[in-house]
Amino acid sequence: MNFRRVGAVVLRQLYLYRSSPQRVLPLFIWVVLDIVLWGFIARFLGQVSHSTFQFGPALLGAVLLWDFLTRVMQGITTAFFEDVWSRNFMGVFASPMRISEYLAGLISIGVSNSLVALVAMYALAWTIFGLSVFSYGVAILPFLLVLFLTGMALGVFGAGLVLRLGPASEWLIWPIPTLVAPFAGVFYPLSVLPGWMQLIGRAIAPSYVFSGLRAVVSGHPAPWGDLAIGAALAAAYMVLACWVFVRIYRYAIRAGLIARYSAETVT
Amino acid sequence: MAGGDWAWAQRPAPVTKAEMTAVLAVEHLCKAFGTLKAVDDVSFQVAPGEIVGLVGPNGAGKTTTINMILGVLAPDAGRVEIDGIDLGRDRSRALAATNFAAVYAPLPGNLTVQQNLRIFGMIYDVPKLAARIEELIAQFDLARFRKTRVGVLSSGEQTRVALAKALLNRPRLLLLDEPTASIDPSTARDMRSGISELVDAGQCGVLWTSHNMYEVAAVCDRVLFVSRGRILLEGDPKTLPSQHGAASLDDLFVAVAHEALHDETAAGAAA
Repeated sequence: MNFRRVGAVVLRQLYLYRSSPQRVLPLFIWVVLDIVLWGFIARFLGQVSHSTFQFGPALLGAVLLWDFLTRVMQGITTAFFEDVWSRNFMGVFASPMRISEYLAGLISIGVSNSLVALVAMYALAWTIFGLSVFSYGVAILPFLLVLFLTGMALGVFGAGLVLRLGPASEWLIWPIPTLVAPFAGVFYPLSVLPGWMQLIGRAIAPSYVFSGLRAVVSGHPAPWGDLAIGAALAAAYMVLACWVFVRIYRYAIRAGLIARYSAETVT
Repeated sequence: MAGGDWAWAQRPAPVTKAEMTAVLAVEHLCKAFGTLKAVDDVSFQVAPGEIVGLVGPNGAGKTTTINMILGVLAPDAGRVEIDGIDLGRDRSRALAATNFAAVYAPLPGNLTVQQNLRIFGMIYDVPKLAARIEELIAQFDLARFRKTRVGVLSSGEQTRVALAKALLNRPRLLLLDEPTASIDPSTARDMRSGISELVDAGQCGVLWTSHNMYEVAAVCDRVLFVSRGRILLEGDPKTLPSQHGAASLDDLFVAVAHEALHDETAAGAAA
């Protein structure tokens, strides 16, 4: 792998951020709004409920972690869309850039974006609502790892989908986290779901993170076994997503999709 | 002009070992989209220091051929070698020895001239990139646009930036797909002489597509006439028209295009 080429993909995105506040603002605005909204909801529930359950760390922590996953995914897909919007596919794919280098560049952007958003979210949650990352103990590390991997996998899969279906399919990508969230048990245990939804939920890696989060917040030890299952599932997603992307890329080369990509839709 | 004048079509011989030193060797390239044969058994070479024109009517298969040489379209059969490197086997290394400028592949308009050159310089792993960018900025008279976004430049200025990008890595093979399509005659003339000088000075070979036969005659050492995915004629653009009873390359082009159209209509009627 040529890291200079990976750096080129990342540098392009940095140039865009530097010259375009409208690209920087969304990195923070939605996560800030989510933290403020859910922070006050958690505070209200804490006031009216006689339960000993800690709504703050549970709900606010869940929002923070779910937004983190979403930022990883959107960092990757947005960087990919920049090439779609600027009709730069020929520039990228008719060059010595390997597909692994391009993907590594997109993933680096996703990781950087999400880390910036995570710091902003945590600073706000800690300052206004007193959320402490230490309340989750060392379990926070596997939580983040599983969400990192899942976000990357969703991002790479989303980029592959747009490569296959054409620029007009962009709208399919944005709601992916919202579609996954009900099955992942972000705000509730999987046990409240109907049986078929629970089955799907168990195959979704983040569900192990959020059940682990609630366990830790309730004073139980971190369910390391469950987190290992979550990590294995997330790693499998990542491998699968890269495989799907490479397959779609090869198909695109065979069918001439890349050469014709400036058309709004490619069938 | 009789339809059969070029029906004998100088079919290029298969690439031999001795010819493998060519900067571009295309062997029996085929590509079909459904039942349409876009490129049908095309073989040719481009030698170092040579400018080869690829001309033909719209839909003849020129851009499809170029896309296969650039690795963004896989051939159904045949192979492409760039500077002795098999594109199918070592795509990244083969494409590191080439570069291109095409009207349908604009540079990202939301980046400045300098940013574009830096990004593509990194992609092509250009050594001493900062110095190379300065060289090209001076060569293409881009100093005052250095910090201007490419998207707001005029067509001619964008073409100059695209050419600067195409020369970043000092390519052994340069692909120019209608490079002067959107620029004024004066800029086009400067650009043509610039490219000719570059080719004369170095070991770069150029594959040049154009609909401007004056340009092809002025710049190219050799021309390939393509129609319906096949090379129909090949030769020196200065002597080829007289060899086929045409007054000029323009006339020859029109005759070849009409002949192809006539054949197509006849085939359609027969079907």
